Amino acid sequence: MSVKTQISIPLVKSLLEAVCDPEIPCLTIEDLGVLREVWLRDETLVIVITPTYSGCPAMNTIEEDIRAVLHANAVENYTIETQLAPAWTTDWLSDQGRQKLLDSGIAPPAQSTSDKRAFNSGRVNVACPQCKSSNTERVSEFGSTACKALYRCLDCLEPFDYFKCL
Amino acid sequence: MLAESSIEAWQFKYVLRLGDNALILGQRLSEWCGHSPFVEEDVAMANTALDHIGRARMLLTHAADLEGDGRSEDDLAYLRNERQFTNFLLCELPIDDFAFTIVRQVLLDAYHYLLYDALQQSNDATLAAIAAKVVKESTYHLRHSSEWLIRLGDGTKESQQRAQIALNKQWRFISEFFHADEVDHAAFSNGIGADVAKLERQWRIEIELILNKATLKQPEDAPLAASGRAGLHTEHMGFLLAEMQSVPRAYPGLEW
Repeated sequence: MSVKTQISIPLVKSLLEAVCDPEIPCLTIEDLGVLREVWLRDETLVIVITPTYSGCPAMNTIEEDIRAVLHANAVENYTIETQLAPAWTTDWLSDQGRQKLLDSGIAPPAQSTSDKRAFNSGRVNVACPQCKSSNTERVSEFGSTACKALYRCLDCLEPFDYFKCL
Repeated sequence: MLAESSIEAWQFKYVLRLGDNALILGQRLSEWCGHSPFVEEDVAMANTALDHIGRARMLLTHAADLEGDGRSEDDLAYLRNERQFTNFLLCELPIDDFAFTIVRQVLLDAYHYLLYDALQQSNDATLAAIAAKVVKESTYHLRHSSEWLIRLGDGTKESQQRAQIALNKQWRFISEFFHADEVDHAAFSNGIGADVAKLERQWRIEIELILNKATLKQPEDAPLAASGRAGLHTEHMGFLLAEMQSVPRAYPGLEW
C-alpha cells in the first residue's frame, strides 16, 4: 500500500462537510443531509450523496465541488455514488442547518413530513424569520428554488422564503 | 402470455413508459416559462417541469440499464423517433390556455400520486426508490394544481367556462391511463408494476372529489382510437420532438 492511498476517513469527511449548497450557500451538504456516507471500498474512497429534489440542478454542482475539494487535497482514488433510497427528506436537516436558515431569513420546515398527505391540503403555520410572528400567509407554493415556497408576514410585511417540507 | 426470455423486455418497456410520460409532460410544462399569467405561477410551472424532467432522467437511466444495450438516458431522450416514444397522448397535447394546462396537471398529478404511491412497493428496488422520491413531489404538485382547478371552476363565469371546456376536451384521453396491456399485466403479476384496475378506482374517487369542489361537470367516458403507448401519436408530437431534440440532432455527441 503506497502512502498516497492511506486516506483518513475523518479528515476527508471534515473536508467534505464544508462543501456548501450552491443555491443556499449558508448550508453545507452535511447540514442538508445530502452527504450520506464516506467509506473505503478496497482502496477506493466511496462518497455517497443523495439528491434533494429529483430535478434539482444543484446536484451536478455539488458533485463538481466535491471533486474540487478532493483534488485540492490530492485525493485521487475515489468514486461518487448517488443513492436514491431512502429518499431525502427535510427531516434530515440538522438543527444547526435550521438555525442557519433562520439566520439568513429563510423559515425552516415547520413540521415533520410523516403526517403529510396529498388530498387534505393541510395548511402549516409558518413563523416569520424576521419578527417571529405567526401571522403569515402563503404567496406561492413555489419559490426561488425547488425546495422553497414564498410567504409574506402580515405583521412586519416582509416577504420571505420558506423551506418547504418534503 | 409473454415468454420467459422476454422478462427484461417488458420490464424495460414498463419503466420506459413512465420515463416518457415524465419527459414529454416536463417538456410541455417548460413552455410556460416566461409566459405564465403572473410571476409566481411562472416559477411554479418551471419548478414542476424540472421535477418531471428530473424523474425522467432517473427513469430513463434505469430503463437503459434494464435494456443493457449500452444506451444512455440521453440516447433514449434525444435519439428516438416519434414512433418509438410511448407516452400518453394527453402529455403531448399543446399547452393551450392556463385552464387547459391546470386540468391536465390535475388529471395527471392525481394519476402519478396514486401510481408512484403503489410503486413504492415494487419488487424492482430501483423503481421503488425512484417512486419513494417522486411520490412526495407529486403530492405537492397535486395540491398546487387541484387548488387552482377549484379556484378556476368555482371562480368567474369566464374561468368556469374555460376549465369546463378544457375538461371536456381532455376527458377522452384518460381511457389510455387505465387500459392495461400485456406489459402492465406482466409487470403487475411479477410484483414490479401497479394494479391498474385498483388505480382506476382510486383515481376516479379523487377526481370526483376535486371536480365537485370545483363545481365542474364530469364528462362522459369515451373511447380513444390511438395509443401513445403503441407509438401512435397526435400531430403535435413531431413538433415537440423537433424542438426538444434539435441540439443533439444537429451536433451529435456534443458535450459542454
